[in-house]
Amino acid sequence: MAIMKQTLAALAAVLLLAPVLASAGTPKPDLKIENPGSCIAPVPEMRRNHMEMLKHTRDRTLRQGIRGEKASLNGCINCHASKTTGSVLGQGGFCQECHTYAAVKLDCWDCHQPKAGNHEAVGVKP
Amino acid sequence: MQSALTQRLRIPNFYWLAAIGAIISAAGTLAAFYMEHHGHQVTGMNNQVFWGLPHVFAIFLIVGASGVLNVASIGTVFGKKVYKPRGPLSGLLAITMLAAGLFVIMLDLGRADRLIVAMTHVNWTSVFGWNMVLYPVFFGLVGLYVWLLLDRKMYAYSKAAGTAAFIWRLVMTTGTGSIFGFVVARQAYNSAIIAPMFIIMSFAWGLAMFLIFQAAMYKWEGSQLDEEIRQRLNKLLGTFVAAVAYFVVVYHLTNLYYAKQTAFETFILVSGGIYPQLFWGGFVVVGTILPLLFVFVPALRSMASSSVLASIFTILGGLAFLYVFIIGGQAYPLEMFPGMEVKSSFFDGVVDPYVPSLPEFLLSIGGFGLFFLLSLIVVQILPFMPQDDMAQLRASGALQD
Amino acid sequence: MSEPQDRIENKSRRSFVGAAAVAGASAGVAALAPGLKLIEVAGAAPRAPGEPASSAVRWGMLIDTTKCASGCDACVKACATENGINETVKDPRQGSQWIRKIDLKDPKTGQEYSLPMLCQHCEHPPCVDVCPTGASMKRADGIVLVDRHICIGCRYCMMACPYKARSLVHMPLTEQNPLVPRGQGCVEACTFCVQRVDRGQQPACVEACPEKAMLFGNLNDPNSEIAQRVAKEKTTQVRADLKLNLGVRYQGI
Repeated sequence: MAIMKQTLAALAAVLLLAPVLASAGTPKPDLKIENPGSCIAPVPEMRRNHMEMLKHTRDRTLRQGIRGEKASLNGCINCHASKTTGSVLGQGGFCQECHTYAAVKLDCWDCHQPKAGNHEAVGVKP
Repeated sequence: MQSALTQRLRIPNFYWLAAIGAIISAAGTLAAFYMEHHGHQVTGMNNQVFWGLPHVFAIFLIVGASGVLNVASIGTVFGKKVYKPRGPLSGLLAITMLAAGLFVIMLDLGRADRLIVAMTHVNWTSVFGWNMVLYPVFFGLVGLYVWLLLDRKMYAYSKAAGTAAFIWRLVMTTGTGSIFGFVVARQAYNSAIIAPMFIIMSFAWGLAMFLIFQAAMYKWEGSQLDEEIRQRLNKLLGTFVAAVAYFVVVYHLTNLYYAKQTAFETFILVSGGIYPQLFWGGFVVVGTILPLLFVFVPALRSMASSSVLASIFTILGGLAFLYVFIIGGQAYPLEMFPGMEVKSSFFDGVVDPYVPSLPEFLLSIGGFGLFFLLSLIVVQILPFMPQDDMAQLRASGALQD
Repeated sequence: MSEPQDRIENKSRRSFVGAAAVAGASAGVAALAPGLKLIEVAGAAPRAPGEPASSAVRWGMLIDTTKCASGCDACVKACATENGINETVKDPRQGSQWIRKIDLKDPKTGQEYSLPMLCQHCEHPPCVDVCPTGASMKRADGIVLVDRHICIGCRYCMMACPYKARSLVHMPLTEQNPLVPRGQGCVEACTFCVQRVDRGQQPACVEACPEKAMLFGNLNDPNSEIAQRVAKEKTTQVRADLKLNLGVRYQGI
């Protein structure tokens, strides 16, 4: 029992200290906004709700076929991709920078293209 | 209640045995991470044979999990006294085998990280979707059942729980069999006989796994299972093995005469290389004839190792059958244009030369490792060792019952 | 990266057209200005932004195998380019094939046929029935898709498909087309180029066919060319015995 209590205490200490240590050791994300002032919603709203917006859009677009939604992942990428790397990932990349800091796994890029789109569909007649 | 049905077992060399189980499970887990990281390109699976060796082992364990519960059901539901002390062990092995089977099949998913998605999005027209409900409920029911069996104050309720678990396991194996039975696209599957065939197979495979683990427990305890009881369990195994053989014959006859799948049957039974070899050598000779010999030939069945040998052969035969059934069924090309010669850039009309890779093999074996490890730990901690009150069994005539 | 930047400066259009605009300016214009020639070719107008796919439409394809040449794989190449199927695979059996060419020979008559095989976009798709999570789905306009957001890669749909039309992505991908997300561990198949169809264009394979052997259109619209030809001419559904009511019909086999 004593050992268990000690373990629990140690665990609690680590959990309580973790945010403190993180704020001391990990630098805040250094975000570069490539096109300031042109976002679809105010910054606080985007910070809090971008995942919800994208999730609802993705289901509507894919499952119901609704195109032209206000929020779209490609919209984010095209605006926020770094002008040097062309991507939202990598060192200082718009998505990766925050997600690394917040330790939230980025699942989108297993399938989605993280670089701004300059894709020319083949065979499209002008 | 008379004397306790089970006792706690102190396993000698427990830590060594646990280490062996842990290493095999860990190797399987690491192999799965490797597959997860590099994608399925590191396996022998491809876009024609997309269910490979892990599915053979996983389905064996999942099907066997429901069958291993038979021993408990015979005691509780059908009231056979000889089986009662084995009920808790039977329930435990059912849980650990199902866990091990799900471990293998879940880690082989293309997106194993999305287990939570599988549990929160259920499509009710899918047999797989039903299974997402069938398996957790099975865990719950059998867990409850084992508790009621072990807790003397609650023992009176064990019959109700045992009956529920018995019905549920039949439903569950019907579900597993129906994964294949409802596949209309393929020559090998799409047959109503597959679900009952899987149920009878679960009886044989589950009992075989049970007998091996039980034999190990008697060895660890340094005691001997009563010969009459041993022969009785052997005979049950023999009956199940014979019944499996009967169903497999009917399954192939159905394909030959009713479904007119003669080209496919020729492939599986005669011309298909590894598949007929595994079918005749693995399933028929090793998996059916040998166990029957060890169960019914007097000179062989009196050997102390006859139960374990018959069980091992049954298990090998089961794996061979599933290999032929699952992988052979995919390797044989889909027939889209009957009567036409087909060729394409995507291997249409070609038999697929599937060979499992090392990571697949490790993951598959990892399932058995996990089954062993989990069962070993629980048996070391809780009272699962069957206690037969021979005097009372003889006096009440229960041995002949 | 100049093109995306241009688009970004045009704020109102970006927020309005969203995903559709990414594919290139020409497509964007087509989507916003009904009446162009492109639309007549497709047989239906592009859907307005915000409008869901309608069950009044049933997209279908008619393939004339008498025009399809055995050595030609223009449709396969166009599909690969359009949908970004460009990864190098060590074992070709592990590669994705959304559309493939099949050569048939009748051993009795010696007659030979060649045809492209792709997802048949069934009305009653077995892949949708068996999918445990509902990732396999049929859109209201009959296009069968995989929702990769909830696909767990179990491959049961591949087991259920009578046409071997589905592939598992066997490796990590990085060079996707921004409009066609696809990735490791998920199952995928022909989408009828849904990203093009929604803009009022035709699937890449149809457009690329040098013999005009493939016809795409709305089977539900009695005035469409495909509906009229399917009504008048003899067409075949592959494995018609399964009664799946396919969206893809063949002629000449």
